[in-house]
Amino acid sequence: MDLAFSPEYEAFRSDIAGLLEANADKAPSSSDRGLKHPKRLAWQAFLIEHGLTARTIPTAYGGYGASPDILKSRIIAEEFAKSGLPRGLAGQGISMLVPTLLELGTDEQKAKWIAPTLRGETVWCQGYSEPGAGSDLANLKTRGEIDGDDYVINGQKIWTSTAKQADMIFCLVRTEPDAKKHHGISYLIFSMDTPGIEVRPLVDMTGAANFNEVFFTDVRVPRSQIVGEPGKGWQVANATLTHERGMLGDPNAAEARLLAIAELMKTETVNGTPLIDNPVLRDRLVRLQAEVYAMQANGLRVMTSRLKKESAGMAGLLVKLQGCELNHELARLAIDALGELGVLYGETPYLKDNGSWQWRYMYDLGLIIGGGTAQIQKNIIAERGLGLPREPRPAKQQGA
Amino acid sequence: MEFALSEDQRLLQGSLEGTLENVSPLDTVRRFAAGEREVAEGMNTALAELGLGQLLVPEAHGGLGLGALEAALVQEALGYAVSPASFLAGAMATEAVMQAGSDTQKAKWLPALADGNVRMAVAMNETVNAREGAGLIEEQGKLSGKALFALETDGASHVLTADTSGRLYLVDLSTSSVEQNPLETIDQTRRYCELVFNKTDAEPLSQEATGDEALTRVLALGRILFAADTLGACQNMLEKAVAYAAERQQFGRVIGSFQAVKHMCAEMAARLEPCRALVWHAAYLFDTEPEKAALMACLAKSHLSEVGTFIARTSTEVHGGMGFTDLVGLHYWFKRIGANRQWLGGPEHLRAQAARLQGWT
Repeated sequence: MDLAFSPEYEAFRSDIAGLLEANADKAPSSSDRGLKHPKRLAWQAFLIEHGLTARTIPTAYGGYGASPDILKSRIIAEEFAKSGLPRGLAGQGISMLVPTLLELGTDEQKAKWIAPTLRGETVWCQGYSEPGAGSDLANLKTRGEIDGDDYVINGQKIWTSTAKQADMIFCLVRTEPDAKKHHGISYLIFSMDTPGIEVRPLVDMTGAANFNEVFFTDVRVPRSQIVGEPGKGWQVANATLTHERGMLGDPNAAEARLLAIAELMKTETVNGTPLIDNPVLRDRLVRLQAEVYAMQANGLRVMTSRLKKESAGMAGLLVKLQGCELNHELARLAIDALGELGVLYGETPYLKDNGSWQWRYMYDLGLIIGGGTAQIQKNIIAERGLGLPREPRPAKQQGA
Repeated sequence: MEFALSEDQRLLQGSLEGTLENVSPLDTVRRFAAGEREVAEGMNTALAELGLGQLLVPEAHGGLGLGALEAALVQEALGYAVSPASFLAGAMATEAVMQAGSDTQKAKWLPALADGNVRMAVAMNETVNAREGAGLIEEQGKLSGKALFALETDGASHVLTADTSGRLYLVDLSTSSVEQNPLETIDQTRRYCELVFNKTDAEPLSQEATGDEALTRVLALGRILFAADTLGACQNMLEKAVAYAAERQQFGRVIGSFQAVKHMCAEMAARLEPCRALVWHAAYLFDTEPEKAALMACLAKSHLSEVGTFIARTSTEVHGGMGFTDLVGLHYWFKRIGANRQWLGGPEHLRAQAARLQGWT
C-alpha cells in the first residue's frame, strides 16, 4: 500500500499542469457551440499533439502513440479536473468504435476511419438498441438482406445519441435470420447520409432530445463495410460494451460534485440561515461523503488491479451500479437542500448552479437505466461475481 | 502508487484465518456465549503466538512496528469469526502510550504490551457518549466514577481509560479496587462490563490535562478497528447468504436463481466491497497522514455501520426462517454488527463529528 507517485510521475504531473496552464487560452468555451466548431477541432488537435487525448492510439492512425500507462492517464485526468479545461473529445466514435476497429478492423478500415474520428471531423453514432431489444439486446430485429454486393437494411434503432450530428453509424443488424439469436448479427458501418435513413429526435424527461430514433427503409450498404465476420457482430459489439461500462462512473467526478454541494449549502440560505446549518441535510451530506470516499478508494483498488494486469473481481463489477446510484443521490441532496428553488428549471430567475442539479437528477436516472440497467448489473454481479445460477429460461410453449 | 495488500499482509490474513478456524469455530463461540468464558483464553494464547501483541509496538520497544492497516486486518478476521478473542484494547492502549506517554512510560509499558506481560481492557466510551451519569473524575491522582461498556476485561491486568477532561490513564486491575459488574448485551460474542472506580490509583499518560490529540488518535484507531470488525462480520454474512441461496431449493429450483433473491445478494456485495477499500484507506491514512485520520475514521465507521445494518438484515432474510433460528447461528454476526454500530459513537454521532472536523458546523 503506497499512494505516493514516484518522482518520474510527479515530474510528468507538473509537465501536464504547466502545459495546460500555458495553453488555457486555446480551449473552447461553452459558447463555442457545435461538435465541429473550429475552436473545438483545434483544441482536439492540440491535445492529440501533446498526448493529452488519443494517447495510446498509434501515430499511424493519428494518435499520440504512447504505450499504455494507467497512472499517466489518471494524472492527465486529475490535472484536467484541476484546471477546469475541457478534455479531449469522447463521443461514441472515439470511446467505442476506435477501440473496436483497433482490435477487429481491417487495415483499410483502420487507415480510413480512425484518424478523422480522433480529430473530431467524423462524428459517429451507435445503432444498437431497438424498441424490442433493450436489456435483451441480442433480440434485435433490424434486418440486412443480401442483394448483390449490398446489404439492404430495414428496421428501427432507438436511444441513438448524436444521430442528428453524426456523419457515420456503427450498427448491429440481423443478417442471418435462421441462425441462433447471438449468431445471426453483423456489425456494419455506414454513412448517415445514405438514402433511406430518417432521424427523429426523442425528447426525454430533461426536456432536451439527448437521444433519437433512427429509421431504416431499404438502406443499401456495401457488404465490405462490415467489421469482423458476418454473423459475428455480437462478439464485435461486446468488445465495445466493455469500453462503455469502463467509461461510466468516474469517482473523482463524484467528489467534485460532493464538494460543490457542500459549497452550495454553505453559501445558500433559508430563513436567513445557511443550509449547512440544518443538521439533517448535513447528516445526508456526510453520509454521501463516506460513500464517495469508499468509491474513490475502490477506484484506486481497481486501478491497481489493472496495473498488475489482474482482474479486479467484485470491485470492478460494482462500479457502474454503485457509481451511477451515488451520483443520483448527490443530485437528490442538492435539490432537497435548495427546496423550492430546487424545482426551478430552464430560463428563470433565482435558478442556482444553472439548474444543473435538477438536470443531473433526471439525466443520471437515464444513466442508471442506460448502458446495462441497474437490474442487469445486479444479475452480472450475482452471476459472475458471486457464482449464483442464471435465471432458468421458461420452457417453450407446446404447440405455440 | 499501489492500493493493494502486500504479500506480508496477505500472509498475516491467511495465518489468522487459519488459526481462528481452529481455535474459534462457531461451536466454541457458542460455548463462550453460554458462559464458558475460559474458552477465550485458548484463542488469546494462539493469537499471542502469532505475535499480535507486538503488532503495533515499535521495534525499538520489542514489537513488530506495524501499522493500523495490519491491525485492521486482524480485527477484520476476528469479526469474520465473531471471535471473543482480545485484540482491540491492547491495540488502543499501545497507541495511547505511544501518543501520550513519556519516554519512561513507553519504556515501561510498550515491551510489556508486546510480550503479553500486561493485558489491557478498554473503557473509553464515556469520552464519546456519557450515559447514566457515567464518567471518571480525577482528584489528586485518583479516579472516581463509573465507566460503562468496558471491553476485554477477562484476564486483563490493566485497563485503558480516560477522565472527563479527555486525559488518558492506565489502571492496574489486580491491585486496585475497581469493581467489575457484567452487563448483558445482545452481543454474546464479547463480554461487556461496568467498571466502578472509587479513589482508584491511576497512572496518567500525559503530564497535563491536554490529552486531546492523543485521545483523538486513540478513538480514531478504535473506530477504524470497529469498522474492520463489522467488515469481517459482513463478509461472512454475505458468504453465508450466497452459499445458502445456491443450495436451498424451493419451487423446484435453487432460490439463488430467483432474481428477487439474487438481487439481494448482489446489493449486499455491491455495497460491501467498496467498504473494504474504505477501511484500508482509512487505516493507511492513519499511519501516513495523521491529520486526516480522525475524519476518515468517523466516515469509515459510520459507513460500515450503515452497510452492516443492511447486510445483517438482508443476509438473515435470504436465509428465510432458518436465519431467524439459533440453529444456523447467524444471529451472532447480526448482533455483533449491531453492537459495533453503537460503540465509540453511532453513525449519526460520527457524521456530526465529521462535519465539525471539516468546519461544516
